[in-house]
Amino acid sequence: MTSETDPVLAEDPITGEEIELPADVEVGEIIDSPVTGTELEVISLDPVTLEEAPELEEDWGE
Amino acid sequence: MRVGVLYSRIRQDEKLLLEALRERGHDVEKIDVRDQRFDLTETTAPVEELDIVVDRCLSTSRSLYATRFLETYGVPVVNAPETADICADKAKNSLALAAADVPTPETEVAFTTDAAMEAIESFGYPCVLKPVVGSWGRLMAKIDSKSAAEAILEHKATLGHYEHKVFYVQEFVDKPGRDIRVLAADGEPIAAMTRTADHWLTNAAKGGETAAFDLDETATALVERASAAVGGGLLGVDLMEVGGTDSGAYTVHEVNHTVEFKALTQATDVDVPARIVDWLEATVTAPDDTDQTDIDADEVSA
Repeated sequence: MTSETDPVLAEDPITGEEIELPADVEVGEIIDSPVTGTELEVISLDPVTLEEAPELEEDWGE
Repeated sequence: MRVGVLYSRIRQDEKLLLEALRERGHDVEKIDVRDQRFDLTETTAPVEELDIVVDRCLSTSRSLYATRFLETYGVPVVNAPETADICADKAKNSLALAAADVPTPETEVAFTTDAAMEAIESFGYPCVLKPVVGSWGRLMAKIDSKSAAEAILEHKATLGHYEHKVFYVQEFVDKPGRDIRVLAADGEPIAAMTRTADHWLTNAAKGGETAAFDLDETATALVERASAAVGGGLLGVDLMEVGGTDSGAYTVHEVNHTVEFKALTQATDVDVPARIVDWLEATVTAPDDTDQTDIDADEVSA
């Protein structure tokens, strides 16, 4: 049984290793892979799936 | 209230806002703009029951179109597409500020490398060349010499995108190693900070060190006028001190419409996300037939 404060476990899509995500992780959030440093995007929470995040584009910003 | 958050990437800023909205008991609908389609009368985005949509698109092009479509459908959206249209483009931004008599750096736009070279020479060295669309200090050039100008213009002319052939040339403002970022809601400052760096670019995204800043009356008034000049909303107003930190004189170089506030949250003791939620609540409850700007400013400052 998990609680709201337990870290979330997911598979790193690049290395296949299991990595820990914060308990309050959001769909759409970007996580730095602790294995490779690659930016990963949280695609879904149930189950937790990650994909390599899109590259920076020229019109991104504030 | 029922709040839609339009996004393509959840940064710390969006995460803080989502937390603040949920803590306040509001229903939040996260809308990933990448998954949506927009036709001329309706969208796949679940916006029908929403009281307001907050545009937090990281991509300027998506922000501009998505807010325009939502406004067409009659969905309340902040910031308004008219504001986004001005803020997303540095030339329109400069024109709006100048039209409102807000002090802003001298600026010229040219469409060929020859005309741009003439503009650069008329400013003298150093001067600044910026892309009309862009953020976080990307592709900004401080030009120190004619030979540097020739090289940069040649590079820009070959970059490919037509926007790089809109040459936005600006005077170099000799700021005192820092600029000022103010987060404002309909012209009312929520929080302000300085961004300090040895580099001429002081953006927080470029690693500028941040510290809380107390706005004086002049700066506060300029923020209000700059906000009004671009149509109001939740904005990041950027100012530079002219003539040193004690001069009390400022120039407004930019107003940002999908403003990041994580750094302000860290640099000041203001609960920035909570203040943004205050403003959203006030915006939703404000009567349609009254002056929105005055009401929101009063309620935010209460």
